Amino acid sequence: MTSVTASGAAPAPEARTRRSVTGTRRTVAALFLLPALVLLGALVVYPIGYSLIRSFLNRPGDSFAGFDNYKALFTDDGIRTALKNNIIWVVFAPAVSTALGLIFAVLTERVRWGTAFKLVVFMPMAISMLAAGIIFRLVYDQDPGKGVANAVWVGVHDTFVRSSAFPKAHAGRQSPLEPDLGGFITAATVHTGQSVALPLVGVAPDQMPKNAKRAVRAKPEPGKITGVTWQDFTRGKGVGRLGAVDPSEQGYAGMRIEAVKDGKVVASAQAADDGTFTLPAAADGARLRLPASNFREPYNGVDWLGPALVTPAVISAYVWMWAGFAMVLIAAGLAGVPRELLEAARVDGANEWQVFRRVTVPLLAPVLAVVTVTLMINVLKVFDLVFIIPPGSSQGDANVLALELYRKGFSEDQPGIASAIAVFLLLLVVPVMLFNIRRLRREVRR
Amino acid sequence: MHSTLRTRKSPKHPTHPTHRTRRATGAVAAAVVAAGALALTGCSSDNNKSGSDKASDGGRDTGATVVLPRLNGQSLEVSAVWTGAEQANFKKVLAEFEKRTGAKVTFVAAQDPIINFLGSKIAGGQPPDVALLPQPGAIKQAVEKKWAKPLGPEAEAELAKNYSQGWQDIGKVDGKQYGVYYKAANKSLIWYNAKAFEGAGAKEPKTWQDLLAAARAVYDSGVTPFSVGGADGWTLTDWFENVYLSQAGPDKYDQLAQHKIKWTDPSVKDALTTLAQIWGKKDYIAGGANGALQTEFPASVTQTFTGGDQPKAGMVFEGDFAEVNIGETKAKIGTDAKVFPFPAVGGQAPVVTGGDAAVILKDSRAAQALATFLASPDAATIQAKLGGYLSPNKSVALSSYPNEVQQKMARALIAAGDSFRFDMSDQAPQAFGGTPGKGEWKDLQDFLKNPIDVAGTQAKLEADAAKAYGS
Repeated sequence: MTSVTASGAAPAPEARTRRSVTGTRRTVAALFLLPALVLLGALVVYPIGYSLIRSFLNRPGDSFAGFDNYKALFTDDGIRTALKNNIIWVVFAPAVSTALGLIFAVLTERVRWGTAFKLVVFMPMAISMLAAGIIFRLVYDQDPGKGVANAVWVGVHDTFVRSSAFPKAHAGRQSPLEPDLGGFITAATVHTGQSVALPLVGVAPDQMPKNAKRAVRAKPEPGKITGVTWQDFTRGKGVGRLGAVDPSEQGYAGMRIEAVKDGKVVASAQAADDGTFTLPAAADGARLRLPASNFREPYNGVDWLGPALVTPAVISAYVWMWAGFAMVLIAAGLAGVPRELLEAARVDGANEWQVFRRVTVPLLAPVLAVVTVTLMINVLKVFDLVFIIPPGSSQGDANVLALELYRKGFSEDQPGIASAIAVFLLLLVVPVMLFNIRRLRREVRR
Repeated sequence: MHSTLRTRKSPKHPTHPTHRTRRATGAVAAAVVAAGALALTGCSSDNNKSGSDKASDGGRDTGATVVLPRLNGQSLEVSAVWTGAEQANFKKVLAEFEKRTGAKVTFVAAQDPIINFLGSKIAGGQPPDVALLPQPGAIKQAVEKKWAKPLGPEAEAELAKNYSQGWQDIGKVDGKQYGVYYKAANKSLIWYNAKAFEGAGAKEPKTWQDLLAAARAVYDSGVTPFSVGGADGWTLTDWFENVYLSQAGPDKYDQLAQHKIKWTDPSVKDALTTLAQIWGKKDYIAGGANGALQTEFPASVTQTFTGGDQPKAGMVFEGDFAEVNIGETKAKIGTDAKVFPFPAVGGQAPVVTGGDAAVILKDSRAAQALATFLASPDAATIQAKLGGYLSPNKSVALSSYPNEVQQKMARALIAAGDSFRFDMSDQAPQAFGGTPGKGEWKDLQDFLKNPIDVAGTQAKLEADAAKAYGS
């Protein structure tokens, strides 16, 4: 407890003789402290002091700018977004990590392979933030072929809703068809004995149904409406003859055709392998529609890294890393919880939830507080994940103060504002740090 | 530090494109490789002994067109941000200079942004003799800080002989010649998947209307016409610059670059409206606007050249440096991957460029001689033969370039004469033209998402520009 003595709590006479309890001279003590003090001064105190000064200077750093930089701090849109995101981070990231850590810690105590499980949950801590960022950039990739998150999502979605065969088909030039409710409809009405042509373009050859055959012009039949729907595009030659079936052009096998009269479907048919179809006389005077179900786009998954979801996505990556940290600390605290209290509660008839809620959590409260506060400090300075995961287009939406500091200081050449952000960040961290120190002191006194 | 990590190309790629791709956030994985490269190249002064051993064959058969003084016993330091093959090729040029003059040249690998790197070198009292600066703005900055020294009469004479007036002028500050543009980038190119074009029966377009027709044909064949790397804002500013330069003309382009006219100008409206003819069609852009906004530049190129005749897109717009990314696919440049100059939107097809200029930081006879050498066709020819390099030097024979695609790009660059223009966003303050998620980058990304809102985009661009230019 030399520190207590050195800080002046020791009896006065001893201080006058310049000897501490252990008998070392103060000069000797100072000599030993010197290297640490120099390092601290050069690497911590000086940068803080200089940042403070720099935050009051203008852009080139040669004249006093008053509070202009701080004013910019609260008027700049980018910084405001960063501030808002920081608040979201501080509220959610530590809370979710601690909650998950608590659940893992309590559960692993009860399973046989608890240690192995703990090891797995803790493993992400061994990865650097940069690497984790790269991993999650890939996890959240939009393309379901690359991003795991979307692969799972699309897989689930497609089991319930099937995509269609002709997602990209569209009307070519001078087409008799016009867009209608996501599908296409003929401009003119059709009549019995007529042979209708319904040409579209834009289906890639490898997307065509396997059973598609060469399209043929449908023969008119009395009392019926016949027609053909086909890909009016010859490979390597373009459209060929517009609106006419050229050799080697393929029919849209399986395309649904509806006859619509006054907004009501009066008849429907499905195209054969060569694209031909026949509608009954009931369709006389109707317009033919290729309904939207033919053209449904394949589901492309969730826009994880779009402006709306990017911050939650990055926070999830953070939780993935730090839940293990929380778990290990809480598990250590849990080991110190007296078993007899839990036993007593159980004997008194409490169920497991009540034991957890009324006994375990209150006993763990100090540990939970330390974990949450430590994570809060950690979260305030989060940078790497936010820098790596969002693509350039949504970096602005995912912005946090530390990243904004970097951008202002090093890519926009605004060292004054960057220093102001640094000072502001420091001010945000100070209360949390004071809380932590005070709590630590109390623990020591106890 | 991180920006360098993210943006440097890994050295395994054959050529290091000019400053544009340094911003091109490589496939994030490449960042890891680059991190290693950074540790290796760091700020060490690469001794070029190894370079001179194997390099001499590069220039042996080149007839000398420039007379250089004997400089036995003198030594020089040259600094540039180039890595990998690009650095190795440049060292061969330096080796030729050593052979002709007897001076000893050391290459010092710099980090991005080079102007900050030089700042620390100069503060430490050891600036390199010559540095290659990537933007006209950087030259101006170096002159303002009194780092740069003007070129001597020999170098100026060599420049006058080999460079068009325009290329000389962008190396000038206040009428004095400081920079020799040694390397150029041609950013007015559209690369296309030859098989997709063949399948669609489309032809290389000469005008914007032709381009739209070709896009339509590709679309009708079942391939999405364009791939846009919208996650990197600079690909979008390059799109805009090409349309604007061709449509509004070089004079307006200069005025807008200096913010002498506002972004609310009708000419900007026309350019954005023209751009919306492509950006506004959801099906014309691979992945739609949202997909494009999450596609980084390298992926936008590779997805155009993978998948045989059914690629994700038929065309991708960007400069000659896209070659590096095509090299990562199985497509062969010249047969599978072809290129045509950006079509004319107005009277003349645009040529938007980038480039690196040699600037003298420590005046000496040797430094002047090196600047003279770099301005001569002798130096450029050596590197042109090695590939992955374009020279603005008009005395370099087109036949020096190793393949037809390179020749085509060089021809377009030289043919532009003085009507080429330097990348506009590179001339703008960084807060406007060079920061992810901010300024012009962000505004054009928003425009890609919502191409109907021309007036709103103009207003936002003007507001951001006014803030960044401080006017």
